[in-house]
Amino acid sequence: MQADLDYNDIRPGKFKQEGDSIPKRKKKNKLEAKNVDVFYGDFQAIDNISLNIKANAVTAFIGPSGCGKSTFLRLYNRMNDYIEKFSMNGEILLDGNNIYDKNIKVEELRKKVGMVFQKPNPFPKSIFENVAYGLRIQGIKEKDFIEERVVTSLKQVALWDEVKDDLKKQALALSGGQQQRLCIARALAVKPSVILMDEPTSALDPISTGKLEDLIYGLKENYTIVIVTHNMQQAGRISDYTAFLYMGRLIEFGNTKKIFTNPDKDRTQNYITGRFG
Amino acid sequence: MTHLDTELKLLKNDILEMMNIVNGQLKKCKSAVLHFDKELAHEINANERRVNALELKIDRDCENILALFNPVAVDLRFVLACFKLSGDLERMGDNAQSIASYVLDLDHPLPEDMMSDLRLNEMFDNAIEMLDEVFDAFESEDTASSRKIFAKDKVLNEINHQSAKKVSELIKTNSEDIPTYLYLFSIIRKLERVGDLAKNTAEEIIFYVEAKVLKHRKKKNKKSNSK
Repeated sequence: MQADLDYNDIRPGKFKQEGDSIPKRKKKNKLEAKNVDVFYGDFQAIDNISLNIKANAVTAFIGPSGCGKSTFLRLYNRMNDYIEKFSMNGEILLDGNNIYDKNIKVEELRKKVGMVFQKPNPFPKSIFENVAYGLRIQGIKEKDFIEERVVTSLKQVALWDEVKDDLKKQALALSGGQQQRLCIARALAVKPSVILMDEPTSALDPISTGKLEDLIYGLKENYTIVIVTHNMQQAGRISDYTAFLYMGRLIEFGNTKKIFTNPDKDRTQNYITGRFG
Repeated sequence: MTHLDTELKLLKNDILEMMNIVNGQLKKCKSAVLHFDKELAHEINANERRVNALELKIDRDCENILALFNPVAVDLRFVLACFKLSGDLERMGDNAQSIASYVLDLDHPLPEDMMSDLRLNEMFDNAIEMLDEVFDAFESEDTASSRKIFAKDKVLNEINHQSAKKVSELIKTNSEDIPTYLYLFSIIRKLERVGDLAKNTAEEIIFYVEAKVLKHRKKKNKKSNSK
């Protein structure tokens, strides 16, 4: 009957049946930045950024060149420490502990927070030795243990089927996309909980980029991933949260779907629609 | 102006052109019905092809923009709105054509007193005004104008509601001219439908400009959103 067709009565959940809904767990903060400033000498690269990175999610940093994305990313595993005249204020907490505390051992921190760079940088060693490298420098010698980790890591990055017949092959002989996945396998072998990625696909062809994006999507179940990307569509495709940085400041941070459909700030909208930057 | 801006501007111009044609079709419908002008009804039929062609062009352009430019935020909402607007406008055009075909089917003019009693002129005027306002709202991205359209749709709904009773009474009292009454009632239903589609277009403009979704909302929510 016509009277029954009340479209105003269609509300979210009206047609849900019992057992349909999966209880949502509130995601924990894995990394917390509190009022962070970064200076390179007199130049202020980061200006008072506070930002919480959720566990088991992909967070993307976007923004024009020189806005401080990579600087901010490198704070999470103290890679900026090597840069001359680097100084910072504020705190970076990993699972609630300040990673810039004097008692923190940087090598231990980097076991927990792995990093993948823009250009694939395998060592001039075999595929096997590249993945085993992190374990060996930790002093691990058990052959079976190392072998198991190498195989697991290569499987995790979907490289196993491509290289399993020749693990002694020079890593530098692999294609760019394979090299980048090998670098991720190398990072995974030491069982980090966070993986930082600084434009990991910018040197790759579209097929390799697609494979890497699928990999990132799959990895978030077990890892917290923070990625810097210049590719806006990539940020939209793979991330759960997006932070837009501009001139060292955090302009907007939120759910990726919201940022890419209806951002709160005009400056974000102008950037993602390609009207400035 | 970026390449994407140019493409979006062309898309906007096509939608405005389509709105203009559909509005023109409706104005001609009014004249064809009120003056029993069969020649004008033929013209409406011929023009329908232009409306259909524009819908296809707009759909293809939206598809191309989505595939080639990957628009986001306000640009994405604009393309999505245009895609729906072209569909709504095409259906308004279909309704205008249906009214024209009724004029062609009729063998005598509709009685003036009956048209006046059923407020047919008022209905046409309201529907045409709605389309004028949709054009202005879309052209100037003015959501305040869009919201005015909702009130006019209510008038059309109310006339449609009243006409059902009146037509059934007319049929009871004078069963000799039932086909005329049915044609008249059909025209009223078509105009009511045009009003609904014009309301949809107003909602699409609000979605594109303000990122608010008004359709399928409860009246209470709609009120608070229409402020």
